[in-house]
Amino acid sequence: MRFLKSTLVVSFALGLAAAWAGGAVAGETPVRGGILKFVVGSKIPSYDAHMESTFGMIHPIRPFYSLLIRVNPENPSSPTDFVCDLCEGDVPAATDNGLKYTFKIRKDVWFHDGTPLTAADIKATFDKIVFPPEGVPSTRKAFFSSLDSITVPDKYTLVFNMKYASGAFLPAVAAPYNFVYSKKDLDEKGYAWHQKNINGTGAFTFVEHKPGAYVEGKRYEKYHHEGKPYLDGFRAISAPKMAVRLQAIRGNRAAIEFRGFPPKARDDLVAALGDKIVVQESDWNCALQFLPNHRRKPFDDVRVRRALTLAVDRWGGSKYLSQIAIVKTVGGVAFPGHPLAATKEELEKIAGYWPDLDKSRAEARRLLKEAGAEGLEFVLLNRGVDQPYRVVGTWLIDQWKKVGMKVTQNVLPSPAFYDAVRKKHDFDVTVYFNCQSIVNPLADVSAYISDDIAGNNYAGYQDRTMDKLFDQMNRSNDPAEQRRIMRLYEKRALDEEALQFVTLWWYKINPYRSYVKGWKIAPSHYLNQHLDNIWLDPHLM
Amino acid sequence: MYAYIIKRLILMIPTLFGAAVLVFVLMRLVPGDVCEIKMAGDGAFVDPEAIEICRQNLGLNDPVYVQFGQVIWGYLTFDLGTSMWTGRDITHEIGLRFQLSLQVAFMATLVAILIAIPLGTISAIKQDTWIDYVVRTFSIAGIAMPSFWLGIMIILGLLITTQAWFGDPWMPPIVYVSPFEDLAGNLSQLIWPAVATGYRYSAVATRMTRSTLLEVLREDYVRTARAKGLLERVIINRHALKNAMLPVVTIFGIEFAFLIGGLVVTEQVFNLNGLGKLFVESVETSDFTMVQQLVMLVVVIFVFMNFLVDLLYAWLDPRIRYA
Repeated sequence: MRFLKSTLVVSFALGLAAAWAGGAVAGETPVRGGILKFVVGSKIPSYDAHMESTFGMIHPIRPFYSLLIRVNPENPSSPTDFVCDLCEGDVPAATDNGLKYTFKIRKDVWFHDGTPLTAADIKATFDKIVFPPEGVPSTRKAFFSSLDSITVPDKYTLVFNMKYASGAFLPAVAAPYNFVYSKKDLDEKGYAWHQKNINGTGAFTFVEHKPGAYVEGKRYEKYHHEGKPYLDGFRAISAPKMAVRLQAIRGNRAAIEFRGFPPKARDDLVAALGDKIVVQESDWNCALQFLPNHRRKPFDDVRVRRALTLAVDRWGGSKYLSQIAIVKTVGGVAFPGHPLAATKEELEKIAGYWPDLDKSRAEARRLLKEAGAEGLEFVLLNRGVDQPYRVVGTWLIDQWKKVGMKVTQNVLPSPAFYDAVRKKHDFDVTVYFNCQSIVNPLADVSAYISDDIAGNNYAGYQDRTMDKLFDQMNRSNDPAEQRRIMRLYEKRALDEEALQFVTLWWYKINPYRSYVKGWKIAPSHYLNQHLDNIWLDPHLM
Repeated sequence: MYAYIIKRLILMIPTLFGAAVLVFVLMRLVPGDVCEIKMAGDGAFVDPEAIEICRQNLGLNDPVYVQFGQVIWGYLTFDLGTSMWTGRDITHEIGLRFQLSLQVAFMATLVAILIAIPLGTISAIKQDTWIDYVVRTFSIAGIAMPSFWLGIMIILGLLITTQAWFGDPWMPPIVYVSPFEDLAGNLSQLIWPAVATGYRYSAVATRMTRSTLLEVLREDYVRTARAKGLLERVIINRHALKNAMLPVVTIFGIEFAFLIGGLVVTEQVFNLNGLGKLFVESVETSDFTMVQQLVMLVVVIFVFMNFLVDLLYAWLDPRIRYA
């Protein structure tokens, strides 16, 4: 009865959210004013997004900066809808057979220190990201491997000249880490200045940062998107513990948390606060994987690796795990909502996704027997974080037990876990994750290429066919061709060579106070965090 | 007395040096790499070259003896270095949180004193009566109940009861304000962790007060005082309680030192931006330099608190004299 009640309440809230997100907002007039308080579950390292990767920096610092292009704030759930932020008009299509992108830059943009923005600032920014001087870390420069040079024909025109046409380029430009810095700051204050200082063109200007406590920003009156932002300011409150973040929303100490909560937390909030809570949900660009260690026997045997994936019931797991953990969507290597992702029919042809579970597990047993690995015993390494790692780890063990494997779980705190996986390679099979910000499957699937090339393949194999397919896919500017190669790539990774596997894709659940308006969920907690379209409804506060 | 104080102060130097070596070595034995966690902790692609540059910039590729030399040189020049996670000055990072931790420690100690001494005294005076049993049960519950659990219960209780009574749930603020800026706001945040921690802390002290007071009340000089016809109140307050306080003061001293840096879980539960929370976050991110200095801060506080407690002994018990 209680379950039924909470299900009804959640359904009601979801319905409200869907109605609101889907169109009701169009009839509402944004109200200016108010301070948005939100909680952030991670810590700020430095303010320099070009070198950092945590959402603990993106959530509080992104509102101070602009990007050249960004995901469409009105349609952020689309993984292919980009709009201009600092450029004019529509996002330009490539010319010269995909070898040139010409951006017209807005003439009405000023940095918070009063300096006008020109194309030279954007060039300086991308030069820092893509061609950093020696000793300057740039975390994602590999995403721009197709870029040859950046030129500025005039004060308000910027040209990206490509080495080869690539479908991965534009999404990489729209990544939320590409904060545009002032050339003057870079030239005069150096490349490290932005680690501790802020001067952007974003919707808010920096007020204060109390390390470990909060970051405050106030409305930038000369913001280039007319009429925005609606908020007077924001306060991003640091709250590492999920229980605190949840209670903060319940106790109205914060209105929202942008990362996401597990289903139980959503249900508790909705049950406690009813229509004072709105919920938005989305697929999440985060694949929860398990990686066999190819350096270790018997996981160097493709039959054993195939048995590992064939034993797992992903379709059933999606149904049950989504009730208790932040995972839900069955998918292959590419983000399920993207045109490059496999359809259900395509997935069902891949080992581990077959609709006939009995047949799948019988094949797993046969392969284990053939490989002389019946009753295989091994240790599953896992990260000491509850959601979703330990929940899914425990489920995986049960799945493998069904084909006669005996698996124990070794849960380590994050630093020791990373040390074991990335440095020491000390594991049999490990739970791992491939989480990205902007949905850019052509780049995101780089985790499946050989470990001597990929920066984030920890399964320990070299497969030159995978490398070749990856390269072909990234050098193609034809979406149909990209999709065709992606299927070959996926089939080889998950089935034929059984290199590493996806369990389920994460699922993002954001319950928040209903007076927060204008924010729309995106498939990543890094996206749509500029806060310029958020407003607070005084009648609901 | 002065010679004793100087001797104790000089003896602190090898103690602190030993602690510094121990912490440094232990931190290097713990697996983890701040650059990996910082740049690749969220699972996204990271250029391995960027991680290597980060290590290089933080000096993690330097030989261990060079890193240790830098730590010791820092102590000699009063420079605690910078946090590997934020790149900010450690003195600044600790300074931001010290006021809060110190205030919670004071408030929790005050709560503990207010509970422990009267209850322990009553329990001893009313030994084996129902009052004694109630006090003992109350104090055993305090020992058995983890303060973080009590903290969670307090927050949930506040959320549920305020919603039931006033329609909207209320919880303590989650951002610290100085008592000099907003005393009411400050107390509305800190009173709850002070009660949660002070209760557990008082439980140990209550039992200690009771047992030592019982022991003192059986001493010959108390019997003599009673034979002389002194009022029981005077005997307890002037003769018994003061002498019974020696071990209790030790407990308060050690617990106070612990509270400044050791409210690791309670600070998380109440989202207090104190030294305990900073410590946990620094361990989670393998921020070696920050952990090193935080542990050293706690060591310094402990060493000084022990020293102060020893001096307090002499004041409480005239028989103790330091030559």
